[in-house]
Amino acid sequence: MFDFLSSYNNPTFLGAFWMTVKLTVFSAIGSLVWGTLLAAMRVSPVPLMRGFGTVYVNVVRNIPLTVIIVFTSLGLADIFRVTMGAGGDVKLQAFRLALLGFVAYTAAFVCEALRSGINTVPVGQAEAARAIGLSFAQVLGLIVLPQAFRAVIGPLANVLIALTKNTTVAAAIGVMEAAYLMKGMIEKEAQTLLIGAIFAFGFVVLTLPTGLFLGWLSKRLAVKR
Amino acid sequence: MTEVSVVKDAVPAADDLVVLKSVNKHFGALHVLQDIDLTITRGEVVVVIGPSGSGKSTLCRTINRLESIDSGDIRIDGKPLPAEGKALARLRADVGMVFQSFNLFAHKTVLENVMLGQLKVRKTDKKQAEEKARSLLDRVGVGTQADKYPAQLSGGQQQRVAIARALAMGPKVMLFDEPTSALDPEMINEVLEVMQQLARDGMTMVVVTHEMGFARSAANRVVFMADGRIVEEAVPDQFFSNPRSDRAKDFLSKILHH
Repeated sequence: MFDFLSSYNNPTFLGAFWMTVKLTVFSAIGSLVWGTLLAAMRVSPVPLMRGFGTVYVNVVRNIPLTVIIVFTSLGLADIFRVTMGAGGDVKLQAFRLALLGFVAYTAAFVCEALRSGINTVPVGQAEAARAIGLSFAQVLGLIVLPQAFRAVIGPLANVLIALTKNTTVAAAIGVMEAAYLMKGMIEKEAQTLLIGAIFAFGFVVLTLPTGLFLGWLSKRLAVKR
Repeated sequence: MTEVSVVKDAVPAADDLVVLKSVNKHFGALHVLQDIDLTITRGEVVVVIGPSGSGKSTLCRTINRLESIDSGDIRIDGKPLPAEGKALARLRADVGMVFQSFNLFAHKTVLENVMLGQLKVRKTDKKQAEEKARSLLDRVGVGTQADKYPAQLSGGQQQRVAIARALAMGPKVMLFDEPTSALDPEMINEVLEVMQQLARDGMTMVVVTHEMGFARSAANRVVFMADGRIVEEAVPDQFFSNPRSDRAKDFLSKILHH
């Protein structure tokens, strides 16, 4: 019944899911870093930074991801000649452009999750930290963010699961991940339902353990008040 | 402006540690500090009392600029209070602060709470910082709790840790903003005893409190505030037995009759 799976070589079934994993992991790391910076901007005492953070989040999270991903290819690459250092390697360029799009998009959600975490840290602790002479960056990095992260592991797990599934949009610009392969199979095979079920199962295998693990971690690391 | 007053301003008395001059602050329409003049000399213990909303907590918080002021001048050890940035952070390290709600760092152990400022602000090496932290925790009587998290301690213990955390910076002056107001009655004394010991050791202290017993026994001077103004300043005995202003008489009659 599953014979047809092994007849695909470009990409292979496992290769396609491996691409999904790579997109997810790199985008997750990138958006965590960029999202944290955005959150820092949104709570910073500098009005210009606060303004930038607010505008960025509200613009980016309200644009459909498909539009962003397609723009990276048709806009950034084709019009503005942004090649992401891929040097003519079309596949690599598409991968990197998709990554850029996912980081830009997901960071807005990471930022907002983190900002709600920052709100769980009592203001008094930040005051106490300032009162012993810590700088703004130290107060944020040593006192506020460590507690904020622990408070929002649950919401961040949601963002990560959504990101995993969102990577399927990369198929639109030719990144050979799971959804790209699925589309190809559906065109060539008769067993559409089975194919749908297989790919759905593949994603559940990726996301379910992630969610369970992060749920456990969030309980374990919760700050007692 | 006369030349004489300029010269006078430029030469503060040698032992004035904290000097506030015509300090004003508004919260919206509320004029919460009105022309406050207050000088605290080195080694002095000043207790600030007054009814709720009189501005005494705000006064305390302006001294390390947790609250900014609208006009006036605040000097600590002869230097004007910096507005922001590194200079302000340096100044705050020299001014210890103890809050009503303890404000210990919840994700760090008691020991880490007391070490943090030494490591990150004073750049003390780790071994020295830990030694100092442990000896301060012993001094305030919570040495055995060093490896616990704040949430595992009683309120009185947490507040004593907070005092140790402030002392670890080697401050020139300690500010106490209603340090016992959030405590159960049975825990108030353990905190007051630590504060009295500090006062006996010669620490310069500004204490906003409702503990009249502490004011009587530990203060060099009582400052009575009402409606954003300093209404009366006197030594404790004189203030409690023979207040001059009607506002102070009224306040004392309400709290001392139980």
